[in-house]
Amino acid sequence: MTAAVRSIATGSSVFGNPVTATVEATRLPRMLPTEQPMDLQSHLQVHGPVLYRGGPRMLIHTIESAGLTGRGGAAFPTHRKLAAVAGQKGVPVVVGNGAEGEPASDKDKTLLWSSPHLVLDGLQLAAETVGARQVHLYVHRNPRLVQRLESALGERARAGLDRITVSMVTAPARFLAGEESALASRVEGGAALPRFTPPRIFERGVNGAPTLVQNVETLAHLALISRYGPAWFRAVGTDAEPGSMLTTLRLANGSGGVVETAIGTPIAELLRLNEQRAGAVLVGGYHGAWLTPEQAGRLTLSNADLRPLGAAVGAGVLAALPADRCGLVESARVVRYLALESAGQCGPCLNGLPRIAAALTQLADCRATPTVRDDLRRWSGLIERRGACHHPDGTVRFVRSALTVFAHEVALHEAGRCSAVSFEPFLPIPAESPASEEDWT
Amino acid sequence: MNERLRVNPILCTGHGLCAELLPEQITLDEWGYPMLSDEPVPQKLRKLARRAVTDCPALALRLAGDR
Repeated sequence: MTAAVRSIATGSSVFGNPVTATVEATRLPRMLPTEQPMDLQSHLQVHGPVLYRGGPRMLIHTIESAGLTGRGGAAFPTHRKLAAVAGQKGVPVVVGNGAEGEPASDKDKTLLWSSPHLVLDGLQLAAETVGARQVHLYVHRNPRLVQRLESALGERARAGLDRITVSMVTAPARFLAGEESALASRVEGGAALPRFTPPRIFERGVNGAPTLVQNVETLAHLALISRYGPAWFRAVGTDAEPGSMLTTLRLANGSGGVVETAIGTPIAELLRLNEQRAGAVLVGGYHGAWLTPEQAGRLTLSNADLRPLGAAVGAGVLAALPADRCGLVESARVVRYLALESAGQCGPCLNGLPRIAAALTQLADCRATPTVRDDLRRWSGLIERRGACHHPDGTVRFVRSALTVFAHEVALHEAGRCSAVSFEPFLPIPAESPASEEDWT
Repeated sequence: MNERLRVNPILCTGHGLCAELLPEQITLDEWGYPMLSDEPVPQKLRKLARRAVTDCPALALRLAGDR
């Protein structure tokens, strides 16, 4: 461990006394409390109040120096998004996106539950930076979480912390509900269905206004960077991908949870691959990719390591498939879920995904037709880049990686055998799916 | 200016008229949805391309210039 860098932020407390907050730069977690969830009082004790900059754009350079990228999956440089929205004509809208639709990810819910005020600080700062007058927080309609966030907003209102009132918008329990254009539609009061772009959301989003959509974890990092500075942020992570990230881990022995980890941490260390034998490792969730244990074992959790293999850190999902399960059986379950989660708006996705899912299921059940490989290859090619959103492309990435990583298992299944010892489902699929098939609000 | 055909996949309902008018640029996939050429529309096909755009029953097709 490198020598701890200390960073100090001072500001006037809402209670009138100056607050001095010190946080050790290399100590993790930065965002998640180690014990109780943070209420406003403990949040103010640790971090102090929001440090407003007094005008738009003031924070952009700081965020650029920090090298913060979006933690919702795309890893887009946050300062570029802030600058793009701030530079548009019209008064922007800001939306904090906490509607993680990915069943294998729990990190945004966990963050919102345990450190809501970091996210809400970041939301205010982002709004100031782009000059917004309308701010929304978009989360799944989980009554406990919504209630907790509403009471957090109430506490802040009484303390006079927020300059712009935040309105909560709830998302349906759909995989695609957090997709930017679906989010814009839902915030307008409509269904959370993806739209055809362009125009892009930062140009014309909610009710035609330029719209900044930032993942809630990104907002929490932004709030911390505004207090402790870029050097503090860069004290962990790599030069190219600085900072920490929240990761949802699923270990081969069934344990796991959300941890905050430095970007560039070895995957083997996070998933304890040396102690627990894995059949394969899923990186980046259900729009992500499978890796062999050997590949995963020599890589770190970073896009620099993962992208050459067609994978990405995405929203930070890492799952080690237990060695006694069949990767094809698991993948077929996931793809069936993804097919049911298609919005059904675009012909290729509507027609292609169910066929791909059915073929994979037949293969998993050892009753595939002789043409199954060709069919899967052809349908994958047919749906790629032909959707309004990234759902077909993400699903194709997952399917292709499954067929590659589990190639030996495919051959086995074609011969009527399966290597699984246990058929107990491993990767999580929402129990209600697809009961909510028509429910997009 | 180079113009390319673009389809709005949400509006498109797979009537297939476009592929009949402009088979040089548009073919249909096995479910009847158009697959468009990445190449710009050549001069000699411009008129047909414009007709495909205006005749699309779903108003899903358009000609887009270079960006």
